[in-house]
Amino acid sequence: MSKSVLLVGTRKGLFVLESGDRRDWSVRGPYCESWPVYQAVLDGDSGTIYAAAASEWLGSAIWRSADLGETWEHSSEGLGYPDEEGGLKLSKVSSVMPAHGRLLVGAESAGLFQSTDGGETFSLVTTFEGQEGREAWNDPAQQPPGHLGLSAIIPHPEERDRFWTIVQGFSLFETTDGGQTWEPRNKGLRRDWPADYEEIGFCVHKVAPAADFERFYQQNHVGMHRSDDAGKTWTEITEGLPTEFGFAAATHPHDRDSFYVIPLDPGHGRTMPDGRLAVWRTRDAGSSWQQLGQGLPEKDAYVGVLREGMAIDDHDQPGLYFGTSTGQLFGSIDEGETWSQFGGLFPGITSVTVATVE
Amino acid sequence: MAEVHLPPVLPPLFPGLPRQLEVEAATVNEAIDRLNEQWPGFRDRLIGSPTALRPHINVYVDRERAGLDTHLEPGSRVDVIAAISGG
Repeated sequence: MSKSVLLVGTRKGLFVLESGDRRDWSVRGPYCESWPVYQAVLDGDSGTIYAAAASEWLGSAIWRSADLGETWEHSSEGLGYPDEEGGLKLSKVSSVMPAHGRLLVGAESAGLFQSTDGGETFSLVTTFEGQEGREAWNDPAQQPPGHLGLSAIIPHPEERDRFWTIVQGFSLFETTDGGQTWEPRNKGLRRDWPADYEEIGFCVHKVAPAADFERFYQQNHVGMHRSDDAGKTWTEITEGLPTEFGFAAATHPHDRDSFYVIPLDPGHGRTMPDGRLAVWRTRDAGSSWQQLGQGLPEKDAYVGVLREGMAIDDHDQPGLYFGTSTGQLFGSIDEGETWSQFGGLFPGITSVTVATVE
Repeated sequence: MAEVHLPPVLPPLFPGLPRQLEVEAATVNEAIDRLNEQWPGFRDRLIGSPTALRPHINVYVDRERAGLDTHLEPGSRVDVIAAISGG
């Protein structure tokens, strides 16, 4: 019998939730010695949980568990920048993604590492040497608080050396050669600020591909966008949403036209508009949007959701799950029509991922 | 042999690592290397990149603030302190 496993990364460690029916959840944790966890994923091939965590005291490591969290090991061997990288400092590992037998890790300062031995050792793939804009994104004066550097890694499901990364505040990039060369993928995105480069300087928050990996959705600092050519060109689809700003987003696993997003107030508060907690859905690729919130707090809910804070499972009728930056978890098992809070109260939630395990 | 005292956050990361132990080393850096040989990864927890003690990790030798190259005498007491900070 299959079960759902939810990995909830928080500012104080990782929690593992399990359920056979997606209604009643058991909670285990905190794991990773309560280090801040930026992203945690379950590798469907090996069954190993990987967590990117960074302690303010003890530095960064990739934690791994081969038994769904019962026992853990950690390693940072090779997770550092050599002196010839111009004094780049590795402040945190902020993203982790297993794919095609390899583990990819994103870091701040922006760099990409890989492990080919299941997370025991790591080697540097790139710090984007020679890439236009690199000096700017590595300039501390231009970085926002909590800078994540390389904030996301999106592997192609079939092509091993093709994947996308986000350098926070600057660009979506695509590589087709395993990270040796990169192309900015920002054509058509809006930016409301001056920039030194035509193709760099876009604040990409979250990119969520459809299953075909041709249709992509993007929540940007300014606007929701859609691409029908795997990120090469983008069209804005913000109209109908309450705000143009947000972080978390998820694409329906079986319907490329259906997509979910959580709009937030665009100022520095970055909480739910009007204190009303809501997820918004399109079923026509962004031509129209519906507010979903039955069961969610309708007032006085001034909470936020971070960029990795929402996940969708692969059931025929997918379940949606999101965690707030103040530690509440909400879920829906009817494609967002109705919602309930579950799982307990957690430290601030940074990452939610879900997997189905046999 | 120097007498090394570790903060409570370190032993849970390395099975068998005690809070207090003796190490044969001529400098703080060498003491960390000796412990890293026995508990791989230990060095990464105290030293970041570029190579330096992490910002919230302090080392004292015989109750004096020390660095990686601080010399150790036989019987030196080495205290590794994780700063009391955070929330």
